[in-house]
Amino acid sequence: MKYMLLIYAASDQQNSCTVEDWIAHEKEMKDAGVLVSGHSLADLVTATTVQVGPDGRRSVTDGPFAETREVLGGYEIIDVPDLDAALEWAAKCPGSRDGGAVVVRPIAEF
Amino acid sequence: MNVEQVFREERGRLLATLVKRLGDLDLAEEVTSDAIEAALRHWPVDGVPDRPGAWLLTTARRKAVDRLRRDQVHAARLALLQVEVSRADAPVAGGLPDERLELFFTCAHPALPEEDRGALILRCLAGFTTPEVARAYLVPVTTMQQRIVRAKKKIREARIPFRVPDQDELPERLPGVLQAVYSIFTEGYAAQRPDLAGEAIRLARILRALLPGEREVTGLLALMLLVHARRDARAELLEDQDRALWDADMIAEGSALAEAALTGGHGPYGVQAAINALHDEAPDFASTDWPQIVALYDVLNALTPSPVIALNRAVAIAMRDGAAAGLALLDELAAEPKLRDYHPYRAARADLLHRLGRSAEAAQAYREAIALAGTEPEQDFLRRRLTAVEGQS
Repeated sequence: MKYMLLIYAASDQQNSCTVEDWIAHEKEMKDAGVLVSGHSLADLVTATTVQVGPDGRRSVTDGPFAETREVLGGYEIIDVPDLDAALEWAAKCPGSRDGGAVVVRPIAEF
Repeated sequence: MNVEQVFREERGRLLATLVKRLGDLDLAEEVTSDAIEAALRHWPVDGVPDRPGAWLLTTARRKAVDRLRRDQVHAARLALLQVEVSRADAPVAGGLPDERLELFFTCAHPALPEEDRGALILRCLAGFTTPEVARAYLVPVTTMQQRIVRAKKKIREARIPFRVPDQDELPERLPGVLQAVYSIFTEGYAAQRPDLAGEAIRLARILRALLPGEREVTGLLALMLLVHARRDARAELLEDQDRALWDADMIAEGSALAEAALTGGHGPYGVQAAINALHDEAPDFASTDWPQIVALYDVLNALTPSPVIALNRAVAIAMRDGAAAGLALLDELAAEPKLRDYHPYRAARADLLHRLGRSAEAAQAYREAIALAGTEPEQDFLRRRLTAVEGQS
């Protein structure tokens, strides 16, 4: 079963985790054979939003829809047996600390 | 044993076993019902089989094969199940395996909304129908139906597992299960439904049989027994209750369990049980062991600090050291946001003011409590106190 871990950082709080923590976390997931893919995202100021209206017109705007307190900073897709295993990996993710949060979403199977 | 009793004992156990085998709560519920329906048809005619549990399990598995056959998507699962069914036809030694603990942990999983956990436990482990669960939580049947469907969808699609947490996870996960069972009890208590409170006690007994070494399971069972023992006298405040109406057997059982729960350690349910044991064992209100109760509230407040515990502690201190000492502590709590609209706080203040002879202030505090009280019996009760105070001023 695949789950996406959406890693949100609190915009008003500095995450104390170091690059080494993230590298160690990635290595642990790879060694356990659960990591499908994962990336961290560039700074929010680099984000651009695209919407296409009913008339087919494209609108391109700077940034995301709204300023939110929590900013999506990256994601991981993992393949594990059940939700408890996914929650365990979410708790190990450095992004879950210091006011950050990891949202666990099962990937839909069709 | 009649047919009804057999189902009551076997339903939760059968469902748990089937969830484990089928890996699907919905399918397991459907075939549990199918099997019970079949039993209702056959047993009155053919007699109750020697091993009703095994009979129900075999029947349910066959029904599952039938249902899965109609649904080709589940072909892989079907192959496994057919092996199981042929094995099940061989005589089973003993009764069903007991896998209800797994089901408790699934129903009370932290990924599910807190308010749905007790409902799922009633549905899956107490064998309640959805309308019965709805009545227990005083919500419309359609609302409860939606909540249960949504919770089951999450169990299925997010794949909430059917497993007992490891020993090192247990301290994190067990309180959720206990809280869910206790919420059933408090619903029953608030709605004045002794049957529902009794059901929570029955569930705690099952849980204790499955986790005999967990002191807080024992503590929860003790607490509920010691509160439920006073059910026939509860129309009055503790101090005015006719103690002859209390259930002596239940008190004896609860006290022994409370002692067991507090041997070699302690948790919040065990401490609350001990407080209630002291009340239940006292011959009357005045001769209750108030110093001991104050000490237990101190322990409880250290374990789980809360303004409501501080309120109860202040009332116990009023009994130990006099009304003035209690009132001083209550007034220190006046700024607590959680107590501002909490009518027992106003009522406790009113009682202490009354005891100090400050009748006008007591009457005012009773009026505030009446305005905040939620239910008619609570308001009636407070109005009687108010009338008594006004008669004196």
